[in-house]
Amino acid sequence: MSDTTLKPSRASMSAGKRNWLVTAALFAAAVVGSLVVGEGSLVYEIFVSPFLFVVEAPDLFVQVIWEGLVAGTLYALLGLGFVLIFKASGVFNFAQGIMVVFGALSLVGFYAAGIPAILSLLLSIAMMYVLAWTVERVVLRPLVNQDPLILFMATIGLTYFLIGFGEFIFGGEPKTMITEEIGLPSGSYSFDFMGGFVSLQKLDIAAAVIAAILVGCLAVFFNKTKVGRALRAVADDHQAALSVGITLRQIWVIVWFAAGIVALTTGIMWGARSDVSFALQIVALKALPVIILGGLTSIPGAIIGGLIIGISEKLAEFYWGPLVGGSIESWVPYFIALGFLWFRPQGLFGEKIIDRI
Amino acid sequence: MNTAIAEIQPGKPILAMDHISLSFGGVKAIRDVSFDIRKGEIRAIIGPNGAGKTSLLNVINGFYHPQEGIINYKGAKRNDMKPYVAASQGIARTFQNVALFAGMSTLDNIMSGRMLKMKVALPWHIIRFGPAEREEIEHREFVEQIIDFLEIQAIRRTPVGRLPYGLQKRVELGRALAMEPELLLLDEPMAGMNLEEKEDMSRFVLDVNDQFGTTIALIEHDMGVVMDISDRVIVLDYGQKIADGTPDEVKNNQNVIDAYLGVAH
Amino acid sequence: MFYRETGQFKTSYRTDQAVFPIKQDAIGIWVLLAILFIVVPLTFNDFWLNSIMIPTLIFSLAAIGLNLLLGYAGQISLGTGGFMGVGAYSCYKLTTIFPDVNILIPILLSGFVAAAVGVLFGIPSLRIKGFYLAIATLASQFFLVWAFGRIEWLYNYNPSGAIEVPTRRIFDIAVTGPHATSMTRYLIILSIVVVLTWVASNLVRGRIGRAWMAIRDMDIAAELIGIKLLQTKLTAFAISSYYAGVAGALMVFMWLGAAEVESFDINHSFLILFMVVIGGSGSLIGSFMGAAFIWVLPIFLRSAPDYIGLEIGAATVEHINFMVVGALIIFFLIVEPNGIARLWQIGKEKLRRWPFPY
Repeated sequence: MSDTTLKPSRASMSAGKRNWLVTAALFAAAVVGSLVVGEGSLVYEIFVSPFLFVVEAPDLFVQVIWEGLVAGTLYALLGLGFVLIFKASGVFNFAQGIMVVFGALSLVGFYAAGIPAILSLLLSIAMMYVLAWTVERVVLRPLVNQDPLILFMATIGLTYFLIGFGEFIFGGEPKTMITEEIGLPSGSYSFDFMGGFVSLQKLDIAAAVIAAILVGCLAVFFNKTKVGRALRAVADDHQAALSVGITLRQIWVIVWFAAGIVALTTGIMWGARSDVSFALQIVALKALPVIILGGLTSIPGAIIGGLIIGISEKLAEFYWGPLVGGSIESWVPYFIALGFLWFRPQGLFGEKIIDRI
Repeated sequence: MNTAIAEIQPGKPILAMDHISLSFGGVKAIRDVSFDIRKGEIRAIIGPNGAGKTSLLNVINGFYHPQEGIINYKGAKRNDMKPYVAASQGIARTFQNVALFAGMSTLDNIMSGRMLKMKVALPWHIIRFGPAEREEIEHREFVEQIIDFLEIQAIRRTPVGRLPYGLQKRVELGRALAMEPELLLLDEPMAGMNLEEKEDMSRFVLDVNDQFGTTIALIEHDMGVVMDISDRVIVLDYGQKIADGTPDEVKNNQNVIDAYLGVAH
Repeated sequence: MFYRETGQFKTSYRTDQAVFPIKQDAIGIWVLLAILFIVVPLTFNDFWLNSIMIPTLIFSLAAIGLNLLLGYAGQISLGTGGFMGVGAYSCYKLTTIFPDVNILIPILLSGFVAAAVGVLFGIPSLRIKGFYLAIATLASQFFLVWAFGRIEWLYNYNPSGAIEVPTRRIFDIAVTGPHATSMTRYLIILSIVVVLTWVASNLVRGRIGRAWMAIRDMDIAAELIGIKLLQTKLTAFAISSYYAGVAGALMVFMWLGAAEVESFDINHSFLILFMVVIGGSGSLIGSFMGAAFIWVLPIFLRSAPDYIGLEIGAATVEHINFMVVGALIIFFLIVEPNGIARLWQIGKEKLRRWPFPY
């Protein structure tokens, strides 16, 4: 027996390294192979042709990246709402998607009722508070300390309820977001870029700026205010937080309210790009790979995860989608997240899962 | 890997740990510990909290793998043994914080200890009657003996999550016994028990050792129990072995007294 | 008073391990089967068979499949809809390639295709746990639905993109397609569901079921007593997907008659998930109760305004329907998080002591 001093650290690290090496080697082999096989073959189309296209038309590449960034910003905002709630209450909040729709719908609805735009906005924010309060009172409080799956199911129930409620009040047909009335810019900047041109929607730039401001505010709120610290305490340990006099109920209302504001912002941005409809609710499922990729409890994770998913799904769709008939955006994000998870089962920024016994 | 397993005679080491070191990142949980466990004995591992006792058990049954040292189990080197391999080679254990299957009944928990002995393939389980059922009944008989032995007939059908702590510990012992282990590792089997429960548990441990000839390594904080039931004791402190010997030898060892009562280092 | 096991002594482990150790239960299940096989076909009209009994049975089967995975093995899956789709499409391919083969064979075989796909997407469960695992099944869900829509070979290049069920006969009796009567289809579905439920109960009572539950309750401890995690989890994925696949094939061939991609979308997966959780995860009876509850409730709600004579527009009814279902789900989770099966169990316990509770 020669393997007497097997080091576990070596064993586990080398497994990771070996995985990467194998992946890299396979990729290199595929590229070389396809160059040998030549143009027109499937390997060539997958491994060489898209990259040649990138070099040929860098302006398109930049445009696609920008589109990805914009989509990524929205995913990140969606993910942010999920993470806020998951961190503070351990609830995997499926209803975040419908909260986005609900927020946007109430804004449009208030304005349609003849209320000035700014006042409508304030009223919508108030609406999100009412929603947060009601959810805490009716759903969360009776279900405290239940299994995470039960809470998850309850938020799906909440989603059903809000879909019905929203359609009952506002009607099921898609609506137009009051973009200009609340002061969002329209139009686009175009500029020449390496022989082509790139066009950036002003609205998208505004969205990115607003998202950044929102994240900044949340960071300050969490790190500098008393409530924010209490919130983090709750996230770490419910019972310990209770024992130092933090009331769980208030924290939950605040956190759901914060997620509601994030949802409203997301709804406005998303609504401005397309229109406000209940179909958005399904798009919100994209937030799942985002937060899982980032690590369920990490706010930076949600942001970076959102951008990774946004950019990679647009790149995949644009460069590889045509090979298989398009619309691969619908599943590519999940596979990307799955790929990341295979190497980091806790997500990029999630706390390491330690098996204890 | 050498898989030839020799039959170990009573009194000969069934397990030998040679200069074992284990660390997590920068934290050294076990430093250069050597000792052996002889077939048929009750070996106690004691030491203050955080001394590395549980880590040591985790190393023995393959849950952690030591960075340095040699583990020799039944005459074969076993450094990177996977937990289920350890289980299949006769190492069973209980846990400090009961690790039962909370949603399953007492009966099912103990039956799950027979998992490795049940061989009938999936297709037979689909129709159940025939080999699958015969096997089930055969193992049920064995499990019922354990239930009788541990005097837990009354809670046979109760989901273990609803049982009081003392009974859970007993069920966990039952699950380990169902594996018919050669080496039984008990992690604080009497923690949190009242005197009566401790007496019961001590009796079970002694009976298991006596009736089935099972080798037992146990971690325990109650010195009275340790001194009463164990053949040899190893004392750990800060991951190092500070004493090893019969209860009497250990009791009078100056290092041990220092470790427990505390001295200025 | 009548429901009591006093005096029923078991003299062998065999009788002790029976599915229904209490005699009244055993009699009850035979009575229930007699009703389902004889009374229901004789008395129920087409609407009841087609809109209530058949879908409830099919969804029960899918729910049992998910329950084996989620309730017994503890692995979350949001991809049941996709696996049902795999069953439906493979059944369609099999029966169009081999039109003369008894249709029951493709239906039962299609489950194996679903099982293979289920195993493939179950592999990540080796490293990924809990909610993180949901991503793997979501990946399968979205990928499969995409594939159903894109791969024309799957729907035989039908310009509408849908699969249409051809008429298939057994002993000259039409069992699928437009000529099959609802009674024939009901009886076939019922037989398949009864057999597969019996199989499921066999599996969960024995070694396999215990290994699953052990992993569900504490996977580390399961590994330490010698359970091979990956193998056990993949078995659960395979068997669960088999059930989903057969349910999907039955859904299209014996109920809907035609299906498009939308029949297998994510909402479908959630529907089945609801049935499992509301019915009671880790309970086979619960799967039936959950399926019946979730399926029948909206039908009842839709027809309720008519009964009490209210004039409400169809759209409004649909909206209120959503609200009520959502609210009821939350209500149920609050009242009994362990599902209807637990209520049933508590009821039985009470009954055993009635009328002299101590």
